[in-house]
Amino acid sequence: MQALTELLAIVMILLNFRLLGGSRLKACIQALAIQALVLNILPVLANFSRDPWVITLVIGSTLIKAVLLPALLMQAINKTGVTNEVKPIIGYTRSLLIGAAMLALCALASRALKVPFSDAEQLLVPVSLFTILTGAFLLVARRKAINQVLGFLVLENGVYLFGVTFAVSEPWLVQMGVLLDVLAAVFIMGIIIYHINREFGDIDIDRLSNLKD
Amino acid sequence: MIWILIALPAICGVLVFLPLIGRLTRTILVGAAAAHLSLVLLIWIARMVDVTPLLATTGLPTGALSIPMEAAGGWLGIDHLSLLVLTISSLLFMGASLYSLGYLGPERKQRIKALTDELHVNNQPDAMFAACLLMFLSATTVVATARHLGILWVAVEATTLATTPLIYFHRNRHSLEAAWKYLLLCSVGIAMALLGNFFLAVATAQGSGGELELLLPELQRHAGSMSPNWLRAAFLLMLVGYGTKMGLAPMHAWLPDAHSEAPSPVSALLSGALLNCAFLAILRMLGVLDAAEMGDFGRKMLVGFGLLSMLWAAAMLIFQTDFKRMLAYSSVEHMGILALGAGIGGIAATGSMFHALNHSLTKAALFLVAGNILARYKTKNIPDVRGLLSTMRGDAVLWIAGILAITGAPPFGLFTSELMILRGIVSDGHWIIAVAFLLALAIAFASMLWTLTRMTWGKVPEGIQLQDSSIRSMFSSSVPAVLLAGVLALGIWTADPVWRVVQAAAAVIGGNGGAQ
Repeated sequence: MQALTELLAIVMILLNFRLLGGSRLKACIQALAIQALVLNILPVLANFSRDPWVITLVIGSTLIKAVLLPALLMQAINKTGVTNEVKPIIGYTRSLLIGAAMLALCALASRALKVPFSDAEQLLVPVSLFTILTGAFLLVARRKAINQVLGFLVLENGVYLFGVTFAVSEPWLVQMGVLLDVLAAVFIMGIIIYHINREFGDIDIDRLSNLKD
Repeated sequence: MIWILIALPAICGVLVFLPLIGRLTRTILVGAAAAHLSLVLLIWIARMVDVTPLLATTGLPTGALSIPMEAAGGWLGIDHLSLLVLTISSLLFMGASLYSLGYLGPERKQRIKALTDELHVNNQPDAMFAACLLMFLSATTVVATARHLGILWVAVEATTLATTPLIYFHRNRHSLEAAWKYLLLCSVGIAMALLGNFFLAVATAQGSGGELELLLPELQRHAGSMSPNWLRAAFLLMLVGYGTKMGLAPMHAWLPDAHSEAPSPVSALLSGALLNCAFLAILRMLGVLDAAEMGDFGRKMLVGFGLLSMLWAAAMLIFQTDFKRMLAYSSVEHMGILALGAGIGGIAATGSMFHALNHSLTKAALFLVAGNILARYKTKNIPDVRGLLSTMRGDAVLWIAGILAITGAPPFGLFTSELMILRGIVSDGHWIIAVAFLLALAIAFASMLWTLTRMTWGKVPEGIQLQDSSIRSMFSSSVPAVLLAGVLALGIWTADPVWRVVQAAAAVIGGNGGAQ
């Protein structure tokens, strides 16, 4: 179990780098979907329980995070016709380098945050922090609105990874509520992206800069 | 009782989409608002009136008339802090829904042109508007009554989702930009708060052997044995997360855009009701820190963010040329005052609770009046709006009164509450904070008053076509007038029940004192 957990943690890290260095939106969305899948396997390995609600939750969140949300993003891509981001605010090579620095930072920071659980789970602290930082970075370093939603979802994945691994006593009702909120948020974001595309003929958020002081 | 408060607006929000009932959209909106408000008033009466002698005479068993203040196995409950936030939200919702009766009618004509896209499944634009408003009220009620931090989070995020379509109501580029910024920034902020929730769960696992559910009473009972590091990190994440939603600087970037681009009744609700909800979430977490005897750490953070927000907003107010943005920045400033007051504690915390009430009523009234001005002048540009007193006398008087009230001029309620906060600061000997507090207030006072004089007196500039205010209804001016009268009343003489609830609410967050 331990070896598998470590392997999946490494997969998570690699997927983050894929997101940081990828310019094709479809590939990024695929990476996001795989990440969501890994995300749902990890807690099952960490503290496996046959509680019906745990299984329901895992199935439900896999469905929402790995299928529905990527599908919504794919639909946004198809509707707007934007397939890749050519000129991001921070270039792809530099993004990867910053990603490496962020990973080191997370490894250092997680030393201070000792979780009161086993060592296998301790490994997931830097991984989830790194995922959160990757998401935050994508939010500020990319121009296309879809990429921003992607960043938000990666960030959310990181938070979720931390939650399902460590906050095990969170009742399923709350977890489900969180998932539904995210789903609704992305749904509304998709609608707004569609409107941005129609109004401006593009989804560069640079164009959204009319409001300022 | 709590279930009815939550379910009533939610059910009405679904009802307005039904084809036949949909015609009654406005009736449903106002009806739900009135029912919600009267239920909240019922809770007040239940709190204030002792029914035991009445029961004795009628022969009913004791407790026959009592209203249960808890629901869902302790996940929801009404304490005094809840009651205060709930009352503010409910009152403002009543006002905003009455106001939007006049506001919605004629604007519909303009909107029909823009309504060719498929976003609206229903061809009644009012239905979407009313549904979002009602969902917002429902989510707000959950926020106010939540005792489980997880549910609290879900509800705060739900308020974001319900208000985003409202901000994009006008369907132009500006409101699109505002809605996008609002949804994205607040969602990311709130995700941080979720991480804070999880950190808190880890913190509880430290001493007690197992993790606790994030129920407030549970958390407070076991706070002593939590891991201090995780608890501190949890508070910081929640402060940043919910602080984004509350509009504390430097996380306030979405606020001026959203508040200036939303339709005026929505702006009133955003400023008056929504920001308080986020503040409530921070206060709940502060309660946990208090129980762990780490309240000082949390309070210092609140003071820091509070002062920064006040000074930042004051600086932005100086050269403001858009009167709705001016009101929005004033909201940032007042959120700073609330955070500062809660951070100082003691009488300042009581002042902070009182200030929340005063600010909400005043700011809502101001946004509604701003809506009237906007409809008449068709511009938000301050230099283009002149001669209010000659063109719309009634609204001009309300505008003057509102601006005076919001800048803390006596005899309005905000003067009293700001004075209480100042007394709290000074009596603790924080002279530097007192100077910064007064400086920010003075800058805001001067710049808003300067704007006020430019707008009210003088002649209408050439080239500005005054529109016939066809959106006016009997509520356009009377609702803000009533709200402002309330603030005036709070300043002159605070009714005893109101005062008791304010004090009890402050006691929840460790405040005390404050004679009437």
